[in-house]
Amino acid sequence: MADTKAPAARPLSPHLQIYRPMLTMMMSIVHRITGFGLYFGTLILAWWFLAAASGPNGYAKFEWFAGSIIGRLILFGYTWALIHHMLGGIRHLIWDTGHGFGPNEREWLAAANLIGSIAITVLLWIVGLLAMGGPR
Amino acid sequence: MSQAPVKHIRTPLALVRGRGAARSGTGHFWRQRLTAVANIPLTIAAIVIIVMLLGRNQAAAAQILGTPLVAIIMLLFIASITTHMRIGMQVIIEDYVHGEVAKLTLIMTNTFFCIAVALASAYGIFKLSFGV
Repeated sequence: MADTKAPAARPLSPHLQIYRPMLTMMMSIVHRITGFGLYFGTLILAWWFLAAASGPNGYAKFEWFAGSIIGRLILFGYTWALIHHMLGGIRHLIWDTGHGFGPNEREWLAAANLIGSIAITVLLWIVGLLAMGGPR
Repeated sequence: MSQAPVKHIRTPLALVRGRGAARSGTGHFWRQRLTAVANIPLTIAAIVIIVMLLGRNQAAAAQILGTPLVAIIMLLFIASITTHMRIGMQVIIEDYVHGEVAKLTLIMTNTFFCIAVALASAYGIFKLSFGV
């Protein structure tokens, strides 16, 4: 046994593609994707701090980006990813305590996560656009 | 798995206890939870600050971002999220990248990226606070 070179080709456990998509499973995948997106989104945050520190010209460049259509789309997506990942994180913290694993609980937690993240994102953007004096 | 010849009297369980796939126990697991908890109030505070600053010009934004309370909240926010995202991205890398060289390269790049984002943001906030 000791001179065995390669491990035996054992069967692997079935992976995602063989399962029928379910809400909790999709939410798990989305939690990872939003985390991945937020990671790179911190570049925008760092840019914002540095732009504010650099003076009016640097800040104007950031404002031009943030006000452009593509900038708005990215920031809207970033807002949703942030809220969704945060609510998903709260769901994970509930699970860490050993609660919320029941068949009904996990379904409504997943649904509340999704509905909550969309509702809060839209609400935040309404408040934000009003704070800026209406859509410009 | 081939059985290695026994050269000590420690049980196999004792050898692996406290060591996960990353060979460093539960440190990352715990820090991920710690920063997750910290992220919740800090993110809410950061959102409130950002909404307050919307539509203001650079002078006003710089002045508000440089006030002690706002600056400290933003520094804590940056520290917590960059720690959290570094661990999270490492998990993703470990899940999908299996080549040893590629994996280590990406994990190092991940660390560099997170520290760079954290320090660049902190530099901006300190500059606004101290006007250097």
